[in-house]
Amino acid sequence: MDWYLQQIINGLGLGAIYALIALGYTMVYGVLRFINFAHSDVLMLGAFTAFYIAPKIEKLMGHQSVLGCILLFIVAAAVCACIGMLIERLAYRPLRNRPKLTVLITAIGVSLLIEYTAQNEKVLGSAPQPFPQLLQEHSIHLGNLIISSNDVLTLGVTIVLLAAMWFVVQKTRIGTAMRAVSYNQQAALLMGVPVNRIISFTFGLGSALAAIAGILYAIKAPSIEPLMGVQPGLRAFVAAVLGGIGNLPGAVLGGVLLGLLETFAGGIPGLSNYRDAIAFGILILILLVKPAGLLGRSAVEKV
Amino acid sequence: MPFLGAKRWLLLGIALAILASYFTPSFNRYYLGVVIDIGIAIILATSLNLINGHTGQFSLGHAGFMAVGGFFSAWLSLHVGETVNAFWFFPLALLAGGLVAAVVGLVVGVPSLRLRGDYLAIVTLGFGEIIRVVAQNTQAIGAASGLAGIPKLTTLGWTFGFAAITIYAITALVNSTYGRGFIAVHDDEIAAESNGIDTTRTKVTAFVTGAFFAGIAGGLYAHHKQFLSPTGFDWVKSIDIVVMVILGGMGRTGGVIAAAVLLTLMPEFLRDFSEYRMIVYSLLIILLMLLRPAGLFSFSRKRRIPS
Repeated sequence: MDWYLQQIINGLGLGAIYALIALGYTMVYGVLRFINFAHSDVLMLGAFTAFYIAPKIEKLMGHQSVLGCILLFIVAAAVCACIGMLIERLAYRPLRNRPKLTVLITAIGVSLLIEYTAQNEKVLGSAPQPFPQLLQEHSIHLGNLIISSNDVLTLGVTIVLLAAMWFVVQKTRIGTAMRAVSYNQQAALLMGVPVNRIISFTFGLGSALAAIAGILYAIKAPSIEPLMGVQPGLRAFVAAVLGGIGNLPGAVLGGVLLGLLETFAGGIPGLSNYRDAIAFGILILILLVKPAGLLGRSAVEKV
Repeated sequence: MPFLGAKRWLLLGIALAILASYFTPSFNRYYLGVVIDIGIAIILATSLNLINGHTGQFSLGHAGFMAVGGFFSAWLSLHVGETVNAFWFFPLALLAGGLVAAVVGLVVGVPSLRLRGDYLAIVTLGFGEIIRVVAQNTQAIGAASGLAGIPKLTTLGWTFGFAAITIYAITALVNSTYGRGFIAVHDDEIAAESNGIDTTRTKVTAFVTGAFFAGIAGGLYAHHKQFLSPTGFDWVKSIDIVVMVILGGMGRTGGVIAAAVLLTLMPEFLRDFSEYRMIVYSLLIILLMLLRPAGLFSFSRKRRIPS
């Protein structure tokens, strides 16, 4: 029983990170209908931004202070939001009316470009670097359970961000515009929605979430390297498809489910070597039964 | 009369391959290696072109089928190889590898080809990764450390002989009455279906055929490099093949072959700048998509219809 509870706690911590990343995939898919492969690299850039500015913030705000940590999250999110918007402006906007496949390949190209540039010794270098401890880590003992304060931090940050996301998308003007663009881009344009600006904003929002997820992932790891985004990125992408791509609650559900399943599988001796395959195995099974994902609506094709 | 012409090219290709293999000992080993790499790349790109180009089903798992064929034929030559006639053993091992890859292609294709577009891309990527993880955990093929000491059986003759057969078989298939189905599915799936084409069957046929030739390419690769590691067949390898198809222009066999040659040579030319090589490669993909999305070698937008 304790073992199950412990796995659930660990799985939730991991699933929360997947959920944050998956939101970025699903939002971009919602407005542009393509998979932004570079999303996982934005996550990596977020972690590296935090890595480089953490010493400066420490000097300013003191060692392991809560305010400093919040500031760090905000700065990294802002930097990555700019990077995300820049990628959209330079690589994806010129391809707006081209076949989806062209955009997909471009996204793969952007992803490879960021990865290989970052791996160059003159840029970030390919060797893993230790990520600083942003907050003092405590272990909370509940009976036989051990809860790391980092998992609590991850869950707390995720819940706050999810609430904020829900508010932005459902209650604000710009969120309404986002939903309009996602529902029907042409009609939204005719109704006076500035489609390009909304798409740019969506990329910014998704990239900011990716940056925060990147920092949380780096705290958990706790080392960073230019390819660190690839595995969580792929998992989160699977999570987004699992929940029904383009569907925000679906992305969260998919992320949490995947985190739990992966942690449970990792705890079973024979299965732990197959961790990488599990995410995809589940994805394939779900897609065969429900091609639109758990919460997605299947579109009726009209001729 | 496309068949007669195509057959002539096939015979010419095989004759050239046999001729070249007679002179193999006098070639520089480095150049010989690169030329064999090119032949393998041609087989991979042409076979993926059948799936991605002619049939329009975006697959990101081609390296997985290459891995299946490579590991199976390498395992055959390590365990059965010594006892049988070496000359005929190799092509049979390659064919066996190709057949196993085709069976895996069937298993993967039947369920996943019901999906479309992005979903299909991601499911094939997933299958590619699953194949890699299974290979990493299978003791019989060396698990994570890979298979070493595979006999060097790949020669110029076999490589280009198989390349010629691949090109011929796929061109003939696409130009046949049955093969019109591939192009119909590519152009408009709904219209194809309403004209009586079994679209799922057509897609699976393309997928299995492509997987078969990828398996053969994997076998050639295994007996060329003499070492196989599961990590060498991750999705970046699949993307390399996809880029060849895109660069050459989807569904243009000539262009795809040219792109396979070009992209295999490029890293060799950029060897002096090896740290910037992959940066240049990824920039090339982006610029190509922005400037020439129909392929580097496409000069007219009309599909050439052989008479």
